[in-house]
Amino acid sequence: MSEISVEKYQALARQTRVRVLRMIHRAQSSHVGTSLSAADLLTVLYNRVLRLDPARPDWPDRDRFILSKGHGCAVVYAVLAEKGFFPRDWLETFYLDGSHLPGHITRSVPGVEASTGSLGHGLSIGCGMALVGKREEQPYRVFVLLSDGECDEGSTWEAALFAPHHHLDNIIAIVDYNKIQSFGTVKEVLDLEPLASKWQAFGWATREIDGHDFEQIEKALLSVPFEPGRPSCIIAHTVKGKGVSFMEGQLAWHYKPPNDEQLAQALAELGVFG
Amino acid sequence: MPQELPLREAYGQTLVDLGRENPDIVVLDADLSSSTMTHFFAKEFPNRFFDCGVAEQNMVSIAAGLAASGKIPFASTFAVFAPGRCFDQIRMSIAQPGLNVKLVATHGGISVGEDGISHQSIEDLSLICSLPGFTVIVPADAIETAQAVRAAAASFGPFYIRLCRPKVPLVYGDDYRFNLGKAVTMRQGGDVTIIAIGILVAAALEAADDLKREGIDCRVVNMPTLKPIDEEAIIKAAADTGAIVTVEEHLEHGGLGSTVARVVARHRPVPMEFVAIKDTYATSGKADELLQRYGLTAKDIGQAVRGVLKRSG
Repeated sequence: MSEISVEKYQALARQTRVRVLRMIHRAQSSHVGTSLSAADLLTVLYNRVLRLDPARPDWPDRDRFILSKGHGCAVVYAVLAEKGFFPRDWLETFYLDGSHLPGHITRSVPGVEASTGSLGHGLSIGCGMALVGKREEQPYRVFVLLSDGECDEGSTWEAALFAPHHHLDNIIAIVDYNKIQSFGTVKEVLDLEPLASKWQAFGWATREIDGHDFEQIEKALLSVPFEPGRPSCIIAHTVKGKGVSFMEGQLAWHYKPPNDEQLAQALAELGVFG
Repeated sequence: MPQELPLREAYGQTLVDLGRENPDIVVLDADLSSSTMTHFFAKEFPNRFFDCGVAEQNMVSIAAGLAASGKIPFASTFAVFAPGRCFDQIRMSIAQPGLNVKLVATHGGISVGEDGISHQSIEDLSLICSLPGFTVIVPADAIETAQAVRAAAASFGPFYIRLCRPKVPLVYGDDYRFNLGKAVTMRQGGDVTIIAIGILVAAALEAADDLKREGIDCRVVNMPTLKPIDEEAIIKAAADTGAIVTVEEHLEHGGLGSTVARVVARHRPVPMEFVAIKDTYATSGKADELLQRYGLTAKDIGQAVRGVLKRSG
């Protein structure tokens, strides 16, 4: 895929955030903070890194992307719609009765590889896909986006043991480390530090980046695998609610929809008026 | 006495045959392959066998990833661990997306014996039958096991097959043909129907022999496919015989008895009795001692039949 300027990334990510806010405002439900913290990572993944064909969501050689933190579905649905996996007007039905886009990411949606929402499943599912890719020498890679909170789950670490044992250098774990989980900061609820050392010790070639710095995101994602024969882990330091001043770093915006006034203010900050 | 064979061995050997026939068959285990007998497959197809270690949750979701990549994964461990240990993974990773994963759990029921309650799975059928889209099979002997495993491989969708630990007497001959979703009338009879699954089908046949001597004419039905259950066979049994006794090595709650009762209540209410483990956990002991202690023998089935006949008038 061709090069993209930082300005272009910024514009794409802004557009995605606008869509996410509108979806969640319309639904008056869903997880806004986690969707916004992952928006920049997804912008780079879907516009520069993942080898995909929206017209053929089941193309065998496609890269796999798994949102293991299934509650952040709004931002993935927004990006998939932008890329043309399904009509954009589906976004208007997000979370609503009979919608194609159910709460928590669901495999029935074109472009979605795995249903998640109960945390700690995505990395294991990704390992299964990576295992087939490796054994059959298929070209695809498997990218799994995890939340920091789901690093509390024991099953995440079961998968973390498995991938290096089988030398799955075609799987990449990305931790959206926004430092806030459901009802408290990571530090208060169950401290993960030293997080990078843990992944490293489990056998993952690990790098830490600023998850809102497009140059750093792109550089990391384009250099995988970081070491041949080992899975790669990217700890992306992010800000929950990124892009909307009154949501940034605020626990309250883990699961809270904006009202009309808050939406207008948020959109204004993103350059959309009226 | 009929020949006794372990169901697990029939499973393990059938996997090898399937592996030879279909390169998409892959097998996972959680550090128990010599007990679940997936080790036969591991030996012949080391490249298509994945020992996940003592990490059943991971194993189940990996199986989902393999199925999503076009493979036909068979994942095995003890029934207390799958579905017991990793119900959430089975629910989300396999059942909800309807993926083509075959869970084959061994060591079901109290016939596990001396290893005690941590290893006696008496809740697994209730758990797994609660999941929409799962097909659930409880084979009665080694011959049925081999064919059920083949049927699971040949049908798309999530399957759960429950096997037991001990050797089990053959109740079928080599000419038996397993039909997915169909009950098997093992013996015709007009006074009462005994519907049994798994290891206790042999006990049900023994009970029917004993009752015959008392002049009670029992129909014996094996219900190897617990879900989706053969409603037609149940309704016919109720209509023809007017009383039903269900027999299973599982808690009374949520297994064969409750499923049959639901069909009977809706379509053809008749008196029923339930030979099953009551609301309790078992102790340690030899398999036959435990089956006796918890009321799962031919004698107990006989008592239940006499009881239900009193109520059916």
